[in-house]
Amino acid sequence: MDVIPCAMFRTPAHSIRQAMMSAPPARRAGATLSEIFPAPGAEAAAAGFVLTQVGKVAKPVLWIQDRLAQRETGRPCRAGLGLDRPLMLMQLSRPVDVMTAAEEGLRCTALAAVVAEIRGDPPAVNFTALKRLAVRAEAAGVPCWLIRQAATADLSAARDRWRIGPLPSAAHPDDPRAPGDPRWRVERFRSRDGRPGEWVARHDRAADRLDLVAAVPDGTMAEGAGKAGRGTAR
Amino acid sequence: MERWRKAQERRGEALPDDMAVALSVDGAHGPVIHAVNRAARLAGVTVGARVADMRALCPVLKVDFADPAGDRAALDRLALWARRWCPWTVAEDWAAGAGGGHGLILDTTGSDHLWGGEAAMLADMEAGLSALGVSARLALAPTWGAAWALARFGPVRAICADPSPLPVAALRLDGETVLLLNRLGLRTIGHLADLPRLALARRFSRAAPAGNPLIRLDQMTGHLPEPVSPPEAPPVFRADARLAEPILDPAQHLPALCAGLCDQLAKGRQGARRLRLTVYRTDGEVSRVEAACALPSRDPAHLAFLFRDRLERIDAGFGFDLISLEAPLAEAMGIRQADLAGGSDAGVELSHLVDRLTVRFGRAALAQLQPMASHIPERAEARAVPLAAPPAAPLAAPPGAAPVQADRPQRLLDHPEEIRVLYAVPEGPPAQFQWRRLTHRVTRYQGPERIAPEWWQDRPGTRLRDYFKVEDEVGHRFWLYREGLADDGRGGAPRWFLHGIFA
Repeated sequence: MDVIPCAMFRTPAHSIRQAMMSAPPARRAGATLSEIFPAPGAEAAAAGFVLTQVGKVAKPVLWIQDRLAQRETGRPCRAGLGLDRPLMLMQLSRPVDVMTAAEEGLRCTALAAVVAEIRGDPPAVNFTALKRLAVRAEAAGVPCWLIRQAATADLSAARDRWRIGPLPSAAHPDDPRAPGDPRWRVERFRSRDGRPGEWVARHDRAADRLDLVAAVPDGTMAEGAGKAGRGTAR
Repeated sequence: MERWRKAQERRGEALPDDMAVALSVDGAHGPVIHAVNRAARLAGVTVGARVADMRALCPVLKVDFADPAGDRAALDRLALWARRWCPWTVAEDWAAGAGGGHGLILDTTGSDHLWGGEAAMLADMEAGLSALGVSARLALAPTWGAAWALARFGPVRAICADPSPLPVAALRLDGETVLLLNRLGLRTIGHLADLPRLALARRFSRAAPAGNPLIRLDQMTGHLPEPVSPPEAPPVFRADARLAEPILDPAQHLPALCAGLCDQLAKGRQGARRLRLTVYRTDGEVSRVEAACALPSRDPAHLAFLFRDRLERIDAGFGFDLISLEAPLAEAMGIRQADLAGGSDAGVELSHLVDRLTVRFGRAALAQLQPMASHIPERAEARAVPLAAPPAAPLAAPPGAAPVQADRPQRLLDHPEEIRVLYAVPEGPPAQFQWRRLTHRVTRYQGPERIAPEWWQDRPGTRLRDYFKVEDEVGHRFWLYREGLADDGRGGAPRWFLHGIFA
């Protein structure tokens, strides 16, 4: 493994101090607009990561795709996402329609989240449109996730901006030849409320929990946080 | 029978006329013949006999299942259709008559002269029904009972014929009573009418109308009244705006129209599912737009919103002076209490969202993924109408067995894409594969998970699938399958496909 695990956090039960120190994302900490830029081939990882962030709420998720994203990376699979709540899937052809539909969805407070997938850099995804989405998401209290496939991280009004890349999965508990729990390299490179950072995320599928391990070893902070993290975890 | 024939023709499986066909319903001792076609009747197949007996009589008999509920619904629709001749139209109750007691009763009192007399009206009815593809036997008589008897046992297009030579079965009696009367030597209605009333009354004093020849006789002769009471027409919810001057844009009148319609709906405890906005132009043309709701609604603001972007589609011409908003389809909807905390009902809010998205992007764009009872991955989920009731639990595990949590990818390609594969052994996982011109070297794999074709809906020759979850050296995880085995005799060398991507 190329990263040194220095600090480990269990997101559901983290203390305020840890949150201040290295700020792994808390679930539904603030309903706002977040962007996530998957590395080529990691689009499914972005979908999995977004759903762990949305958390287990018994409300439906509105998932909007444009046609290019659907054709290139497929549609979300309900059985694979492990959803026990309704998934409303909307497949539109143009990116501008996706933005409109996402804005419309954010007017409804009965949704758990609005997830919009757009491939490429269409002109419809500009600063003004993103600002509108962010304001709407914060007004309605519904988190909005924008999965920007094959896009460049331009000027944006998103409060949180993430990058996600693939990593070899963890060891399978029963079968050494089989891939186990998925792991991703997650980077928050811009954030309004939290601190940017880079983590190795491991999705514990049995417990549906996201374990984050700081990927960049940072001497003093990692030591303290690591102790605190182990203390709360056990 | 004719409904069944039409359904067969629509399916492209029309059978020749000279083939004996019968429809069956479930009886106490196995299936029973419910209806027959002409060829089967000539071959000696009788209605009410058991299918097994009739097969012995006519070995080439083709038997299909009847659909009594569908027939009943079709007859109700036909009754509404038949109101063109007179308003007092009712579809006869299915269980009322003994031998095929289904038909339409029209009380044509006072309306026959509109059609040029009784005979002309009957001819017009027969022509109209045959244009629908329905054969009918028509009769006209002063009472319900007499008309029933003449239509089934009388001459063709009988008008006020004498019912006395008809058999007693024409009295709408049940089978036992008919059998009893026949044993008593009373073959026709005339025989029965000649008997002294007192004897009949003593014999059948306690019987229900279906078993009481005296009551039926009185109903036929008109001594007992038997009025026709047609079902009430569903209420019409409609709000109109009559304008003094022709205008071109209905937008400013829409809120008032919606409020008026919602008042009517609230009085009837109904909610609109479909809406139709009609404008009547000054040059006599009519233009309309329609909208639909996912759940019944009578919220004026929401209904007005549904038309917001569609008013442009109205062809206004030189202006219109009458706007009407109606709800062609309404469903019962109780009074909803708003949340005490000031919030609104989550279900209502969701349905409004679905309506807004559907109005804007069309009905096909939005769907809710529903689990289906199938092991084939692309069939295990179906696009359903949003907010539809979830179906029963899919693929219930057999009792005693632990539920198997199959590993499914987070993303599924709509069409599996073929990949080029290098493998060590033909039955094993791939060592390396090429997808979209990129080569992935497999480091870890899980599988195979074998999914056999569903023989009840796949075409013969469909090959089984062996699914593998593989991971390449970078950390991409894919869901591949091999279609078929090398020597299963269903085609050449098995091909490989990529079907999904894991997180």
